[in-house]
Amino acid sequence: MSLISNIDRGAIYVWRRNADVFFKTWKTNFLPSILEPLLYLVAMGAGLGSLVMNLQYAGQEIEYIRFLAPGLVAISIMYGGFFECTYGSFVRMHYQKTFDAIVATPVSIEDVIAGEILWGATKSFVNSTIVLLVIIVLGVTFIPQVLFTAPTMLLIPAISFLGGIMFSSIAMIFTGLVPNMDSFNYPFYLLVTPMFLFGGTFFPTTSLGVIEPVAYALPLTHTSVLMRDLSFGTVGWMDLWATLYIVVLTVVTFLLAIVIMKKRLVK
Amino acid sequence: MPAVVSARGLVKKYGDLVAVDHIDLQIEKGEVFGFLGPNGAGKSTTMHIIQGTSPLTAGRLEVLGMDITARAKEVKALIGVAPQENNLDPDFTVLRNLTSYARYFSIPPAQAKKRALELLDMMQLTEKKDTEIEQLSGGMKRRLIMARALINDPQLLILDEPTTGLDPQARHLIWEKIRDLQKRGTTIILATHYMDEAEQLCDRLVIMEKGKFLLEGTPRALIEEQVGSCVMEVIDPPGQGIEDYLATTGGQVERSADRIYLYSRQCQVIQSEFRGRFPDVYSTVRPSTLEDVYLKLTGRRLRD
Repeated sequence: MSLISNIDRGAIYVWRRNADVFFKTWKTNFLPSILEPLLYLVAMGAGLGSLVMNLQYAGQEIEYIRFLAPGLVAISIMYGGFFECTYGSFVRMHYQKTFDAIVATPVSIEDVIAGEILWGATKSFVNSTIVLLVIIVLGVTFIPQVLFTAPTMLLIPAISFLGGIMFSSIAMIFTGLVPNMDSFNYPFYLLVTPMFLFGGTFFPTTSLGVIEPVAYALPLTHTSVLMRDLSFGTVGWMDLWATLYIVVLTVVTFLLAIVIMKKRLVK
Repeated sequence: MPAVVSARGLVKKYGDLVAVDHIDLQIEKGEVFGFLGPNGAGKSTTMHIIQGTSPLTAGRLEVLGMDITARAKEVKALIGVAPQENNLDPDFTVLRNLTSYARYFSIPPAQAKKRALELLDMMQLTEKKDTEIEQLSGGMKRRLIMARALINDPQLLILDEPTTGLDPQARHLIWEKIRDLQKRGTTIILATHYMDEAEQLCDRLVIMEKGKFLLEGTPRALIEEQVGSCVMEVIDPPGQGIEDYLATTGGQVERSADRIYLYSRQCQVIQSEFRGRFPDVYSTVRPSTLEDVYLKLTGRRLRD
């Protein structure tokens, strides 16, 4: 397939460009990723969580803050890639004309799109790793309920990169379609925010009752399932399905993103 | 030696709009080749096709001996492009703009930095090397874009309106560099709206309109063929029948709102007779230029 054969080291160069810019201002870039999970864990976990009684997950009663923590990791995977490949990519494409400058070199349009998605996935990876580290530090120090010790936790960074490719690809599809930057409100309010709220993040999807299957159509639900089971060490069939869902959706949306963005960029 | 650019029946369509309409083109090594024409004539589109960033709808195009459709990456490695629009990377300083651009060509970092510093020196931007892009003046940005286009030491350099908006000093610096590059054997394609620029720099040029070439040739030959060696300009006081009179002199007559242009090979003779007949009417004779050819061909009305 020529879409894929046009991708080579050029994609890495595009990734490097974005990484260079990111590390130029790394202090301001890391701060939100550290503060956000802290705020959520204190407000939602400790505050709201004190009102939650008898929370059941996987047949066991667990404390709310323990349920919440892996959900925050999943959320950071989604937001990392989604922000980067909507607003970030759109600014580079439309306002800065960075893509136009790059495609005049041996780097192809496919390289640019793939490089942007890889960078989005890297943002997911970086953000979620920071969230995970914050949780670990809190677990060891002040909040023993969020101390996770299952060895399967080591798989979280790899899964977060994979999930990052998926969310970045979905975002890139919207970047290929929106007429202007304000239009990103639609995917954010109609897709991202519902996932943020209903994707097995703040409460178990079982609480949704009859509409629970709808939640399982959402990519974030599968990501939270994986994050939670890898953190708890309760890996089962569900996680195999979740992984399969993510792999298939990643491949499909990645290819679709390239087709749609190419259509927009080729003059 | 094969031509640097060889195009047969080049067509580019956007839906129903034909932006480039069956053009044939041959550009030889070491030539400075100009594209002239009104906005929307198809100059930029043609250049985008040649630089491999815009696929052609029909026809055949070889650049540096390679088929552009099949081997775009290889072609792009050997050409340098200075686009019309400023697309410098605002996230980097002047020097980093060049070194990060070099990476897209797989130039090793040490070599990239050396080359970048040489180019900044050449474009007189060394002092600005650590400046952010948004702090540069328009002229500095154009010079930096030109430097960036040279980062891979290209065999073919494509310049889309390289001096638009520049002050005379900066313009002359760019012209000087274009001549230097030509001496070193670089082939250059240049689109411009400045006729003096085209006349000074181009070995050969085309005037484009509506996706087609209206004319092709050397600047001198085009001037000779199309308008003759000189022009007499007359400021026309209405109601004296001057245009009718001039039409009888054998030259070609053109007019704008209040001026009449007479293209001829014997302007001096015609002017002295004219002065005898209309002693109070202002007239002047000057050598004809490419601008006369251009305006005669594309008309004096505003285009868009």
